Amino acid sequence: MTAEMDYAALAVFLFCFGLVTVMGFAAARWRRPKTLAHLDEWGLGGRQFGTWITWFLIGGDIYTAYTMIAVPALVYAVGAYGFFAVPYTIILYPFVFAVMPVLWKVARDNNYVTAADIVHGKYGSRSLELAVALTGVVATMPYIALQLIGMETIIHALGLQGELPLIIAFLILAFYTYSSGLRAPALIAFVKDTMLYIVVLAAVALIPMKLGGYGAVFRAADAAFAAKGSGGTLLNPSQFLPYASLALGSTLALFMYPHALTGIFASATANTIRKNAILLPAYSVLLALVALMGFMGHAAGLKLTNSNDVVPALFKILFPGWFAGFALAAIGIGALVPAAIMSIGAANLFTRNFWKAYIDRGVTPAGEAKVAKITSLAVKAGALLVILYLPTQFALDLQLLGGLWILQTFPAVIFGLYTGWFRAPALLAGWATGFLGGTWLAWLNNFKPLHTLHLGDISITIYSGLLALAANILIASLVSAAIRAVPAGKSTATQD
Amino acid sequence: MRPIWLLLLIPYLALAWVPFYNKSMPVLFGFPFFYWYQLIWVPLTSLLTYIVYLKLRRNNRNDG
Repeated sequence: MTAEMDYAALAVFLFCFGLVTVMGFAAARWRRPKTLAHLDEWGLGGRQFGTWITWFLIGGDIYTAYTMIAVPALVYAVGAYGFFAVPYTIILYPFVFAVMPVLWKVARDNNYVTAADIVHGKYGSRSLELAVALTGVVATMPYIALQLIGMETIIHALGLQGELPLIIAFLILAFYTYSSGLRAPALIAFVKDTMLYIVVLAAVALIPMKLGGYGAVFRAADAAFAAKGSGGTLLNPSQFLPYASLALGSTLALFMYPHALTGIFASATANTIRKNAILLPAYSVLLALVALMGFMGHAAGLKLTNSNDVVPALFKILFPGWFAGFALAAIGIGALVPAAIMSIGAANLFTRNFWKAYIDRGVTPAGEAKVAKITSLAVKAGALLVILYLPTQFALDLQLLGGLWILQTFPAVIFGLYTGWFRAPALLAGWATGFLGGTWLAWLNNFKPLHTLHLGDISITIYSGLLALAANILIASLVSAAIRAVPAGKSTATQD
Repeated sequence: MRPIWLLLLIPYLALAWVPFYNKSMPVLFGFPFFYWYQLIWVPLTSLLTYIVYLKLRRNNRNDG
């Protein structure tokens, strides 16, 4: 998209960005603790967030700038298939309701900060802890890079050229996260989501009016896909299983990510989490409406070389400059909140499961906070370098692999909440199988998330992450059964 | 496990069988069935979760 400078849009954008920057630094004083020099305070906001703050924090955390850009982009490009994010964020919440309060309680009772802490606490295995922690960090890095891609799209839509604006935006983010910790994104999330709700409600009410109603939007999209010869507003039968399996796989993966768990662990009570599982679906409505902007792009007659531009382009064409600036600011700030939480999640992992585990066992809480703060800077710098020096496609492929990888920590993190049957070496073997096997499947399929299995005459196409998870659970079960069958020491095997 | 938890499985069943809702008729407010069917499961899932929540609260009043 060739963007001309729109000074009204730019002025509104800079105003919103400035406001958020001030809030980010002021957040250190919000719900002020005695000290921020403690990992619970810096990295989890003091574990005291109630229902509303948690709602904004988790909402701001999982509906990111990249979601607001990429979901409509996929819908614009391929149609109904891109809508899988909607069933995914619907079935997500019953899972959160049932499982996350249990995980929260274990973390609260033992002062755990990360998923890897939980795994170490349950199984006492440093190697399994390391596997979970490493997976968390490597899966999070490309996710942060994606937020930068979202930010970059917004900055270019404003007409600003070059990489300097992106670097400045991320330096500001890095410094207020450093000084305020999780309080900064928690406070900024209020602004971000309020703006985003205003923007989306305005867009879904006004855009179809300008384009002749939702019926016309769907008809225009149908016509555009028919002309292109691919995609459509309905799925074709070969997409049924990919659609459902991507939704399920993404659901199981999401709350294994360090940043999602950070939001859970920062909650004041288990009940806060249950209430949020009931209230968070409000965002799913938002997401569905945003996804439909992909079709609105066709109705508005946009011909884009990069589908990521569909949302910014719609706002710039259909709205006055100041409102387009407001909308772009909402999405841009929507990159800052999750990027901050992700870097905090990764920093918590590094601090607890690398630094404390291997380098300085006697580290004080203040020492932990210091290590985490510096790590959060390093993580953001790393993501920035990825965006500046590597092709964008690389970050996208890595993000996809990240989802597949993080899904492989599911058995280690979750099974132990309900049963003591699985053994650490077995879970580690399962993790390795899923991680390596899944990576191999992704590589075979040219870094597409789907794999086609040929079973005789039937071929089924399914999300590779779920296949890898199935192999993971199978190996973990077989090896556990084998270990349990062999008597430990001189004692005889116990009956199961 | 109390049977009330089974309510939470309903959204999975409703959304897993894609061929059931992959159709454009009936249209509602211009939305093909595929779209409004999935959208309607957002409030329905919230409601089901809320019912489980109420029931659990009643069963253990001392639960945090």
